[in-house]
Amino acid sequence: MTSSLDLSHFLVLGAVLFAISIVGIFLNRKNLIVLLMAIELMLLAVNTNFIAFSHYLNDVHGQIFVFFILTVAAAEAAIGLAILVVLFRNLRTIDVDDLGTLKG
Amino acid sequence: MSYISTLFPAYAEIFLLCMIAVIMIADLLLPSQTRTVTYLLTQVALLGCSLITVATHTTGVAHLFTGMFVDDLMSDVLKLLTYLSVSMMLVYSRSYLIVRGLFTGEFLSLTLTSTLGMMVMISASNFVTLYIGLEVLALSMYALVALQRDSAVATESAMKYFILGAMASGFLLYGMSMIYGGTGSLDVQTISNVIKAGQANDMLLVFGLAFLVAGLAFKLGAVPFHMWVPDVYHGAPTAMTLFIGSAPKLAAFAFVMRILVESLQPLMIHWAGMLAVLAVLSMGVGNITAIAQTNLKRMFAYSTIAHMGFLLLGVLSGTLDGYSSAMFYAVVYVLMTLGGFGMIMLLSREGFEADNLNDFKGLNQRSPWLAFMMLLLMFSMAGVPPTVGFYAKFAVLNAALQAGHLTLVIAAVMFSLIGAFYYLRIVKLMYFDAPESHEKVYMQPDSTLLVSINGLAVLLLGIMPNTLMAVCAASVQQSLLLP
Repeated sequence: MTSSLDLSHFLVLGAVLFAISIVGIFLNRKNLIVLLMAIELMLLAVNTNFIAFSHYLNDVHGQIFVFFILTVAAAEAAIGLAILVVLFRNLRTIDVDDLGTLKG
Repeated sequence: MSYISTLFPAYAEIFLLCMIAVIMIADLLLPSQTRTVTYLLTQVALLGCSLITVATHTTGVAHLFTGMFVDDLMSDVLKLLTYLSVSMMLVYSRSYLIVRGLFTGEFLSLTLTSTLGMMVMISASNFVTLYIGLEVLALSMYALVALQRDSAVATESAMKYFILGAMASGFLLYGMSMIYGGTGSLDVQTISNVIKAGQANDMLLVFGLAFLVAGLAFKLGAVPFHMWVPDVYHGAPTAMTLFIGSAPKLAAFAFVMRILVESLQPLMIHWAGMLAVLAVLSMGVGNITAIAQTNLKRMFAYSTIAHMGFLLLGVLSGTLDGYSSAMFYAVVYVLMTLGGFGMIMLLSREGFEADNLNDFKGLNQRSPWLAFMMLLLMFSMAGVPPTVGFYAKFAVLNAALQAGHLTLVIAAVMFSLIGAFYYLRIVKLMYFDAPESHEKVYMQPDSTLLVSINGLAVLLLGIMPNTLMAVCAASVQQSLLLP
């Protein structure tokens, strides 16, 4: 069976996801949870890349790396949300614009 | 030979992991305000690690776990220096943290997990291990910064650190995925061989390299990816600032060496140009912005940015001299930072942070010895002979000049001159201004002793830099298999 999808399609998907996550981090001025979601999206974009390359190169190492990235992403989300909770207790807000006491 | 004995290059890491578990349990069973037992256990763990690292040292290069982990002279030297600086950090920050109720079991175990992360980073020779080591370090650091959980400033800086750190990891990973796509391997040595053999896809490589360099610049705090450094240095409790600013820079140096030099050396024409831009911008923005700061922690943050520019200048020279002078610079930088932040903590008391420039006014009248130590540290940061900071800058500039980067060297000297202003301003405040309070400085015996050793080491290393320089040159030479 020939497939009409080749490597470049997956790379473009990865790049688009990555670009969306960057835009999510820099243009988002409202909510910190959206920022954490953007970070997760960024790691998923990388995973897409790794799996596409791994399949294309017929090499299993890329897929193993993805397992590690997924695990680390879970730990990262846990720590990120923990910091978010502590921050909310102190500031009573999770608005990105309110994170401005440190300047200079 | 049994399987366990083949693991000998990683014995130090395994020992540290066991000790972390022991310390966490011991901390549950021995609750006390001062945590004397767990503190001593932590120091014993670091001492044990250094003994193991020395004992398992071999003259050759040992690979482990199918080439994921490497044990060479560079990794041993950097690990020993890492143990030393973590141990010094603990001595400096102990009484500071006890007074603020932060000297908890979590602090000690997170310190050791981040040390473990640094050790893995230093010894990694595969993109997977590099990434895992980096994240073990980074995740522990985020938690450490947020440890002072009732402080709005500390949690805010933890959040900023977390978001920008996670984004930097994303950039690094994206770059790694492109390099993987271009070469078909994640192993540092194989990547280098594939590129040298001309079997790699150049477009993917250069595209990936740009992301890798951006990620590395974020982690090092080089301009224009430096936004997080001042906020995190300023907001975090001083003990954590000291930690972030010291040992991880050694690991970051190893990280840069393994990625850019060991695996992507054939792409040097591409990355040297990127590093040159980062280096000049870092030295410029760091030194000029530092002048405007009144908070000492913030000033040191900008000075860190400038120092990272110097480190990158050494790396981009691309010669043995360049790499070894960059390693020398990293070691010296860590030594000076430990002393500088150690001094802030030594002068702080309960409910008072000595982190403003005015707190150093007239220090000479209150404590001439401490003022003299601070003078040595500031002279070294500014690069005044005969302190070691001068020699470190000189070695980097010399290497860059040999490699033909004349304009970069001129820029570096100009910016160092500008930078000398804010270091010498502290000396002026200490010696020629009247103190704001005549309260006697309470000199904690262990920190005072350490700060004295630290200050004198800066002076002595400046007079006799050759041994350390020879060690740096030998380690770089061995790990790069240079003739």
